[in-house]
Amino acid sequence: MTERTFMAGFGGQGIISLGQLWVYCGMKEGLEVTFFPFYGAEKRGGIARASVVVSSEEIASPLVTSPDSCVVMSEDSLPICEGMARPGALILINSSLVKGRPARKDFRVVEVPCVELAEGIGDAKIANVVMMGALSEATGAVKLDHLEDVLKSFFPEAKHRYIPLNIRAIEAGARALR
Amino acid sequence: MAEDMRLMKGNEAIGEAAIRAGCDAYFGYPITPQNELTAYMAKNMLDRGRVFIQAEAEVSAMSMVYGAAAAGGRAMTSSSSPGISLKQEGISYACGADIPCVIVNVARAGPGLGGISPAQGDYFQATRGGGHGDYYHLVLAPKSVQEAADLSYEAFELAEKWRMPVMILADGLIGQMMEGVVLPPERDASRRPDRPWAAGGKATRGGSPGAPKPNNHLCSMILDPPALEASIKARYERYELIKAECARFEAVDTERAELVLVAYGTSARVCLGAMQKARERGIKLGLFRPISLWPFPSAEIRRLADAGKRFLAVEMSMGQMVEDVRLAANGAGSVDFFGRCGGIVPSEEEVLAFACKLLGRA
Repeated sequence: MTERTFMAGFGGQGIISLGQLWVYCGMKEGLEVTFFPFYGAEKRGGIARASVVVSSEEIASPLVTSPDSCVVMSEDSLPICEGMARPGALILINSSLVKGRPARKDFRVVEVPCVELAEGIGDAKIANVVMMGALSEATGAVKLDHLEDVLKSFFPEAKHRYIPLNIRAIEAGARALR
Repeated sequence: MAEDMRLMKGNEAIGEAAIRAGCDAYFGYPITPQNELTAYMAKNMLDRGRVFIQAEAEVSAMSMVYGAAAAGGRAMTSSSSPGISLKQEGISYACGADIPCVIVNVARAGPGLGGISPAQGDYFQATRGGGHGDYYHLVLAPKSVQEAADLSYEAFELAEKWRMPVMILADGLIGQMMEGVVLPPERDASRRPDRPWAAGGKATRGGSPGAPKPNNHLCSMILDPPALEASIKARYERYELIKAECARFEAVDTERAELVLVAYGTSARVCLGAMQKARERGIKLGLFRPISLWPFPSAEIRRLADAGKRFLAVEMSMGQMVEDVRLAANGAGSVDFFGRCGGIVPSEEEVLAFACKLLGRA
């Protein structure tokens, strides 16, 4: 199993945190993982992008050029994802903010109203983690079981009070696909 | 017992591995894409009783490394391409004075200020003695966060064994990406080999207490031409020992391959992906990955060339390592080249397409 995911959104949406948390959970589940945040001479409001690979085998290129799945958190990210995704790829769209849809018809498009779902559990800022729940449910690449222990080792002690919120966000994202 | 696997950035894993290897002093100056390494050392060196100085410039950082290492300490600096160019004066001096130290280049695209994206255009500079004068130093090229940590850890002892700077040549992708890494254990500083050549108070560390400290003078200047020639020739004899002992590579499916891809660092990861895709189409590619760039693992290339293999060098440059592949093959096997530059990482698909074209396969 190898799942190559390309994640994109605008700065501040938590794309980098989402990618890191995804590979951290994958690593704790015994997978090979690699996470590459695209970096540049960025400024506020720019597009944040991450190449993320989880695999049961040695990972070849850390740079995802033909993704199996894409996470589209903002409107501007859609054309980037549409341009690179492989035929048959899963396109997860944050339908709360992204109004466009891919023109290509060879994708499996799944809409997740991440911001509404996040607001529903108490904090719109956790929309990225809602999306991670959906990504896990749709791909099965990272199972996100034993989540509480994993989150405890990922977040510093001072942030442990947010762990229940994160777990609810992941469950909300997964439920949206069932 | 092995430690747990941690998720770390390449830059941070290099820093932690260096600390565990016993790096006494780190001197640096910020530059993208290696800033997390300097930041990691700033955050961690002082707490662990070591020296951290953000120098006023790259030139002075390298000179501080020279001083600390000449005094017998384990010293290190890091930078990215334009900053490494500035350090070349000090690297040449350190090579001329046989001073062991570790230099990390998390390379970006040049020439000049170029761009901040990953590139491999510093191969010539790294492997040909990037400063002035007749010299080489060890250059090791990691392909992953784990290998970046392992090679950085080992670099300090290699530097002391061979009395020369050791360069870790990574690129922005290796530095910036996060992967799982199991860090090596903390080295016991009291069990370091003795350094009778060193100038400072640490010269007697590990030696018998109260032994008189030799009045060593570490300098690269020898004004008498025959004496300078003799010292350079002695160093070149050491280079031959290093070539025999330190050439390192990884070979994947090279024996059965119709075409052997030759690539290091990030490019090698891309080539591995191209190989996997080729296999699905019944095309047999191999991968030869130099881990030591100097000394270059020429003997194995020559052996494969003599066995009739043809090669495709893949680099994130306009073609630098390919010259070493050609020198090694020495006309015995054809050597082609594919590269991207300017901070663009080649895709697995385009490497495969180029390989297929060479092999006349659709």
